[in-house]
Amino acid sequence: MMQRSGGPMRGPGPPGSRLGVREKATDFRGTMGKLFLYMGRYKWLVLLVFIFAVASTTANIIGPKILGNATTTLVNGVIAKVSGTGEIDFVQIGGILLEVLIIYIVSAAFGFIQGWIMANISTNVAYRLRRDISEKINHLRLKYYDETTQGEVLSRITNDIDTINQTLSQSLTQIITSVVTVVGIVIMMLSINWMMTLIALAMLPLTLLLIGVIIGRSQKYFKQQQDYLGHVNGHVEEMYGGHIVVKAFSGEEKSVEKFKGINNQWYQGSWKANFFSGLMIPITFFISNLGYVIVTIFGAYLAIQNVITIGDIQAFIQYIRSFTQPLSQLANVSNVLQQTAAAAERVFKFLEEKEEILEVSNPIKLKQVKGLVEFRNVNFGYNPDKIVIQNFSAVARPGQKVAIVGPTGAGKTTLVKLLMRFYELNSGVILVDGYDTREMTREDLRKMFGMVLQDTWLYNDSIMNNIRFSNQDASDEEVQAAARIANVDHFVKTLPDGYNMILNEEITNISQGQMQLLTIARAVLADPPILILDEATSSVDTHTEILIQNAMDALMQNRTSFVIAHRLSTIRNADLILAIRDGEIVEQGTHKELLARNGYYAELYNSQFEILNST
Amino acid sequence: MKVRMIKYSKPYLIMIGISIVLLFGQANFNLTLPDYLAKIVNVGIQQKGIENAVPEAIRGIEMNHTLLFLTPENQTDVLNAYTFVQNGTAEADNYLKKYPALLNQSIYVLTDSDSNTITHLNPIMARGLLTVTFVELLMSNATLFMQVNSTLYYQLNISLPSGDLFEFLAGQPLAVAFINALVNSRFSSLGEAFIIQAAIQVVRIEYEKLGINVDQMQLNYMFFYGGLMLLLTFLAMACTIGVGYLSAKIATGMSRDMRKDIFEKVENFSSTEFDTFSTASLITRSTNDITQVQMAIMMVIRLVFYAPILGIGGVIHALELAPSMWWILAMAVGILLALILIVFYIALPKFKSIQKLVDRINLVARESLAGLMVVRAFNKQEFEEHRFDEANIDLTKVSLFINRVMVIMMPVMMMLMNVLVIIVIWVGSHGVANATLQVGDMIAFMQYAIQVTFAFLMLSLMFIILPRALVSLNRIAEVLKVDIMIQDPTNPRHFDEPFKGEIEFRNVSFRYTGAPENALNEISFTAQAGQFTALIGPTGSGKSTLVNLIPRLYEVTSGAILIDGVDVREVNQQELHNKIGYVPQNSVLFSGTIASNLLFANENASKDDLESSIETAQATEFVNSNPEGMSTEIAQGGKNVSGGQKQRLSIARALVQKAPINILDDSFSNLDFKTDIALRKALRKSISACTVLIVTQRVSTIIEADQIIVLDEGKIVGKGNHTELMEDCAIYRDIAISQLNLEESL
Repeated sequence: MMQRSGGPMRGPGPPGSRLGVREKATDFRGTMGKLFLYMGRYKWLVLLVFIFAVASTTANIIGPKILGNATTTLVNGVIAKVSGTGEIDFVQIGGILLEVLIIYIVSAAFGFIQGWIMANISTNVAYRLRRDISEKINHLRLKYYDETTQGEVLSRITNDIDTINQTLSQSLTQIITSVVTVVGIVIMMLSINWMMTLIALAMLPLTLLLIGVIIGRSQKYFKQQQDYLGHVNGHVEEMYGGHIVVKAFSGEEKSVEKFKGINNQWYQGSWKANFFSGLMIPITFFISNLGYVIVTIFGAYLAIQNVITIGDIQAFIQYIRSFTQPLSQLANVSNVLQQTAAAAERVFKFLEEKEEILEVSNPIKLKQVKGLVEFRNVNFGYNPDKIVIQNFSAVARPGQKVAIVGPTGAGKTTLVKLLMRFYELNSGVILVDGYDTREMTREDLRKMFGMVLQDTWLYNDSIMNNIRFSNQDASDEEVQAAARIANVDHFVKTLPDGYNMILNEEITNISQGQMQLLTIARAVLADPPILILDEATSSVDTHTEILIQNAMDALMQNRTSFVIAHRLSTIRNADLILAIRDGEIVEQGTHKELLARNGYYAELYNSQFEILNST
Repeated sequence: MKVRMIKYSKPYLIMIGISIVLLFGQANFNLTLPDYLAKIVNVGIQQKGIENAVPEAIRGIEMNHTLLFLTPENQTDVLNAYTFVQNGTAEADNYLKKYPALLNQSIYVLTDSDSNTITHLNPIMARGLLTVTFVELLMSNATLFMQVNSTLYYQLNISLPSGDLFEFLAGQPLAVAFINALVNSRFSSLGEAFIIQAAIQVVRIEYEKLGINVDQMQLNYMFFYGGLMLLLTFLAMACTIGVGYLSAKIATGMSRDMRKDIFEKVENFSSTEFDTFSTASLITRSTNDITQVQMAIMMVIRLVFYAPILGIGGVIHALELAPSMWWILAMAVGILLALILIVFYIALPKFKSIQKLVDRINLVARESLAGLMVVRAFNKQEFEEHRFDEANIDLTKVSLFINRVMVIMMPVMMMLMNVLVIIVIWVGSHGVANATLQVGDMIAFMQYAIQVTFAFLMLSLMFIILPRALVSLNRIAEVLKVDIMIQDPTNPRHFDEPFKGEIEFRNVSFRYTGAPENALNEISFTAQAGQFTALIGPTGSGKSTLVNLIPRLYEVTSGAILIDGVDVREVNQQELHNKIGYVPQNSVLFSGTIASNLLFANENASKDDLESSIETAQATEFVNSNPEGMSTEIAQGGKNVSGGQKQRLSIARALVQKAPINILDDSFSNLDFKTDIALRKALRKSISACTVLIVTQRVSTIIEADQIIVLDEGKIVGKGNHTELMEDCAIYRDIAISQLNLEESL
């Protein structure tokens, strides 16, 4: 993933350049400043890298000029030999070559050290950035995730950090060496002959102009190509995703026709984008060749006049050959830096997101939790302008069962999130055993609650470890005991590796109902005084549903519990029912009270039995 | 797979051919440049623009002097190549401008400039001219003359340097032989090349005597070859651009064709084939894999084809210049190959493992994100961070290694090139000293050597790109070579008119490909035309599988499904599908508008049709709550509408088709009870004449069905209406009781 092109994570682009759709950071300077600040601890190392890079490049540049002397000595020797006045001086040539060899070895050694250090720095920065992000994930306010998709956060961890890593490990030193190379070559050429230098440099504006034009052009087509590719991929995803619908409504032909159209559009954009970006290579090649030819012709002319030597021409050719590559690299620098800044900006923005509010300085610690939960004048809204819970007050006494009812998507989990303090109240208080939950640390508060959501969460590890998640100190026996209470012990023992079976990455090797049983076992193991449960809905078969229900009943014994209820028996037996519509708590009371009120709850309840009653 | 590539490259064969021709051009033009550079250095600068020791014209007197020292055969050969031009003649006027000396003396002009003749005459003339120069030196240098004369004391009976030595020698063959021997001994240590180079200086003096502007001549020579180089540069660029243009068109064109084929193929897949690949994998194969192949094709044309042409061409050119230095090239290439192999041997496994580590870190991060609430609820933030850190450290270790390898490759490669240049100069200088090589050739050889190593470097790139592209290509080929299981019959039957819509399952069994057991076993029942049939049963009992067999999304393994007495396998799929309004379990909407989604079922539906369907599906309120109504945008995958709304629109879409058979596969699960009832009431009204099949888990949904079929483990365990089943089907009763809690209500 570290090399510039063709890395496993990035698709292979045109070699040697990061031509692609250009991204821009909104605050380039600020972001780059932050990035350098982040690298602060390496500042001396970075300085060292810079020094080594400059030294290595300088040594590399001096080489050709001295090599030229060797050739000149050779030529002079030949002339002397022809005219019979001397011989070729191999001692001198050997001396020069040895000198150059040492210079090159030094250059390579410096380059080696420089690269080694920079690789360490960039990899380490990437490691730290990823670690910081992972820590940040767990401290962000949950609200953040309402507005951001998982994919965006994941893209920070992989793509953005990868971009930064690449720039640090390669582009940064490349920029330095490019600048040193260009400047150094100009100086070396000037030291040989200023006229030749001027002529060779005449290509410079031409090079930059051409490269600029090409980058601009290809940018346009790349954008087009990207858009069209988006359409193509979008259509593919949709049609494959809805294949059954396409089939059932005989839409294949229509779909293929449409696809042909956008596929052709893509073709038009794509070949142009590839052609134009591919032009970079022949054009830089051409300019390099052109410089070579010009240097040859003009150098030969000057050599006849005895202004320069053949060795000088050789050196000039070597210089001109190594001139264009750093130039085109420099032409692309702004692109690379902008991309890096854009990536870094996203990473830093994530790292700077608001975290959960600070814990109180002297938190209350409850020794024995009885399980008295009280909502007192609670006001809450996900957005300040849309309050969904208004002046809500309710009391759940120790051991009582509170049922939260309402249609799907009505916002039944909001109360859960408030209880666990995933969100902060706008006003009012939630008290446990008479103490304001904000006076406790979040950790202590959450320890009091056990949570079993229908949206089960398990991770890629053994079943044993998944149950143990809630209590790392639990022994294997304790885990199995919890599994027995959750009615899942028998099932686990029928699995290939029993408790050691690894759940696969998509958790598809056990069923939905079994997952739910495991999450119950997990909650059992935590042994919390207060429970939050989400009853299973239709996706579970009857047998498993009964298992789950029994497990939940066992879990609820002697604990205050909040149940997101779907089953009528749960609702009827609840000590308190909270009826929710569109996120708001519309009614509260017992089953009988609410039926008597003949309001929203009664309507909800009766609708389910309309047919039953009518038959 | 190879066959496929050949098939796809067929329309582009001409273009590929032209590309290869252009690549040859590109390589050849680029490789000729150092040759011309060598010419400019060797001839242009060192030999003052004079290529050989056979002058194109020579004064008569000089010629006579030269001939004096040649053997009789050589004399004939020389005279045959030259033509004598007498001054004052008409012929002389033609040459006068070129050789002004012709005005007052006659000259010889080289008329046979055939390269064989030149090669033959070159050493002859060189020696002759040098001997003449030596004799002239004797005449002008008294001390030297005395010196020489003392060694030739007996033969050269002449004491005056003022006399014409040439005239004297003309009558003294022995003396001539001695002079020749003297000159030979003097030059023998130099070698052929140096003799010629020395003679060229004489030729230049002769040209001056002929009145030729020799400086101009030298410049002309250089500008001629310089101009040629410039031309070659342009031609090389034109070739490269041409290759770029063609490769872009070929690669993009081939991937377009391939993508079209794969898409068309997949669109005709039945669900069986879809299951074997998985949707996600099919999407990757149609998108990313194609892009990989496109990039690879471009690289293959631009680099993989080019590298060997350049490499081999470079070797040939280099060896032509200096065959003795072959071992330097071999060594450079050998070391380079060894280096590349070592790097690949060490780094390739790491390259492969890094993708796994990236996947791992992604997985852990994704799990952390998905389990935000659970992680916090159990206060396991640190545990998660630790898990991430483990993955992070693993990734960092490998990535550090690869970073280092990449970063070290650079100075190593530079070093290799530089050392190569140094060796060429050292060995080359000795070649120059031995007269086996000229300085210009050495400089040119240096560049060939660099180009050859560069070509090998390019080839090594292939090792990175090609394996990945081959994997992609294989994955594409896998899709393309699939035999689609469900095909239209060759002689399709048609449904009788009027179409009634009776569905009969006759001993139907079905087994998913690769599954050990049947998903459905010996299913037989009839859904009467115009009746409401419901399917119920626990998860995994085969309900959805059963209804999916009716529109032939899967093929029955044994038995038959008949609609109005016609086997579904005997009619065209399109005709069959037109008779069935289908609402799948997962409601799928496409990007577009609400209207475009509904029209998907029937392009010709009127606005009223759409509205009434929406109303029946209980979606009116939701549709009208959007200011754009039916033109409301639907995002890709229907992401901007809720699950319940999606389900209702999906039902509305099926209704737009106005099909005589309607299949609803668990289509009410996301609806609340109220909407569920309202929708069923409306449905009963609007499709009362249709055959309806409903798959459900909710007993309340189907209490009033004409026929309820209870499935368990792929078998029918109960058939009848609600009341009947409550009495004699235990499984049905279990489901009903658990859902309705009848114990309590009864």
